[in-house]
Amino acid sequence: AALNDGLRSQVSAALKEGRVAPTELCQRCLALIKSTKFLNAYITVAEETAMKQAEESEERYKRGQPLGILDGIPVAVKDNFNTAGIETTCASNMLKGYISPYNATVVQKLLDQGAVLLGKTNLDEFAMGSGSTDGVFGPVRNPWSYSKQYKEKSVPKSHSEESNWVITGGSSGGSAAAVSSFTCFAALGSDTGGSTRNPAAHCGVVGLKPTYGLISRHGLIPLVNSMDVPGILTRCVDDAAVLLGSLAGHDPKDSTTIQDDFEPFELPNLTDVSKLSIGIPKEYHAPGLSSEILALWSKAADLFKNAGAKVVEVSLPHTRYSIVCYHVLCTAEVASNMARFDGLEYGHRSDMKDSTESMYAATRREGFNDVVRGRILSGNYFLLKQNYEKYFVKAQKVRRLIANDFVKVFRSGVDILLTPTTLSDAAPYTEFIQEDNRTRSTQDDILTQAANMAGLPAINVPTALSKRGLPVGLQFIGRSFQEKQLLTVAKWFEKQVQFPMIQLEEVKRHDSGVFQHQKSASFS
Amino acid sequence: MRALLLGRWLRAGPGPPRPESRNGGNGGHRGNGGHRGNGGNGGHGPLRKVSVEVLDHLEHLALVDFRDSEGVERLHKAIQFADQLHEVNTDGVEPMDSVLEDRCLYLREDDVTEGNCTKELLENAREKVEEYFVAPPGNIPLPKLEERETFLQGS
Repeated sequence: AALNDGLRSQVSAALKEGRVAPTELCQRCLALIKSTKFLNAYITVAEETAMKQAEESEERYKRGQPLGILDGIPVAVKDNFNTAGIETTCASNMLKGYISPYNATVVQKLLDQGAVLLGKTNLDEFAMGSGSTDGVFGPVRNPWSYSKQYKEKSVPKSHSEESNWVITGGSSGGSAAAVSSFTCFAALGSDTGGSTRNPAAHCGVVGLKPTYGLISRHGLIPLVNSMDVPGILTRCVDDAAVLLGSLAGHDPKDSTTIQDDFEPFELPNLTDVSKLSIGIPKEYHAPGLSSEILALWSKAADLFKNAGAKVVEVSLPHTRYSIVCYHVLCTAEVASNMARFDGLEYGHRSDMKDSTESMYAATRREGFNDVVRGRILSGNYFLLKQNYEKYFVKAQKVRRLIANDFVKVFRSGVDILLTPTTLSDAAPYTEFIQEDNRTRSTQDDILTQAANMAGLPAINVPTALSKRGLPVGLQFIGRSFQEKQLLTVAKWFEKQVQFPMIQLEEVKRHDSGVFQHQKSASFS
Repeated sequence: MRALLLGRWLRAGPGPPRPESRNGGNGGHRGNGGHRGNGGNGGHGPLRKVSVEVLDHLEHLALVDFRDSEGVERLHKAIQFADQLHEVNTDGVEPMDSVLEDRCLYLREDDVTEGNCTKELLENAREKVEEYFVAPPGNIPLPKLEERETFLQGS
């Protein structure tokens, strides 16, 4: 079954024509979630409410009044988005048992379109990390670890799959794994330093980071207010455009969303790329970039060139400082954002009663893991009066330099930048955990972070399988608010590379034809 | 795969020559572990130590503890890493607060549009009385370093 056939042409069409019922679709996804439980992609599965939503959707289809393409489509949401009535934990002890009293705007929009919310996906605690390994519910396993493609290529050290599995990347690893293993058709992630694109690359799915200000952050538990965006994970670029269409737009509840009108769009089938100018930023040839990915990146550049596009080398000179800059700004904003967790109004509360301060301290001591605490302390250090100018303000100045690099490049006539998304394919878990979270994040965010600094839209498109049989993706970065152009180019590229479908036993067992329906549905 | 024309400069590109210790077969993944020149361990400059007073001050401000020497080491490494910022010349550059700085901040009318959700808001609190959140007594500062049970005491 080709992955490129998306919602519009396949599942939604099937639902509309009555070839499959929403409840059936929902049930199948729920069953698949159960049989892929070992992936640990989901923290909460909202079985009852999902079935209820599916039933309501079914009624609408029977009446011939579906709400739109997303009506009846099972989706998953990263567990740092508030979902009314459903536990929202951020994979932290601090929020275990916290039942959101409201829906994040993006969640509400999905529900208003009739989407079926299957559950909340696993992540690094408070979205801090690049492996989805540091949450209190344990690490997420990359579905490709269990794929035929990986098993064929790997020579296991021991014969047990237990020690061989690879990470999903992070921090939206659960969402990426959920989409990659077919348990849902789309998932929401968040992206602050690459948290949607990184796991998308490792799990072989499309991961879109929209322009900052396009999609509402209301209800997304904040990490870095000036960089966070909700991320979209799907199996093909067309689906990402569908999701974007239903989520983008001004939200009065989020003053950082722009007020411009947003028109949802369908992606054209680009055939002529001769008017395109693709920029290849040389600084993205970063130390540690695997030769495999380097070769793939070159091949992609040539692909565009041979198709008639103008492909030029460009320079973003401050790239190598983006991680340092991010480190300071992120920890500073985290120090502020995490201050709200004191046990008084929600979340974990310590039994300590001596004083307010000691209760807060004990609550936070008990509720946060090392990574979170470390960032809070670092952030507070950089914000001390004696350090404020030297570190925080300095980082803000460097941020401007980084953002200006992009402005200059786009002003010189380049339309889209093409870069690798990750330095290599997914690492085995046992190897990944040998370095601490900060070191890993520093290494892994290097190619994705600058887009968050500058607020630009960026997308990971699964490109090919590595020697080890694992997905490798490439990243396209576009101009602010030019998602249509970005996605159009990404879709063209996706069509050229024809990324293979994951061969998972569990998926085969549960699939009874919906995924293979593309023969009867035409590609729209 | 024929020689790639444009791709050639990519392969010849910058970045320190790195021994290709990766092999496909047996999971030997990142040959160099975490030691990368550009920002892995921030091997620039000396590892500056932070005084116990400042550490204590941070614990007070953050209301979060270092827990152990690893926590303190983590801070030292973070500072060392951040020090790389000083290599960049930012003369005449204005700090950037937001990428949307060229746009006007949205302000809506000062009208009440929602509220009356006391019950929902109280639901998640562990200790409450009627419509109040209950807190332990305030105005009592955290005990001084000598009197607190903190790792820093031994420093």
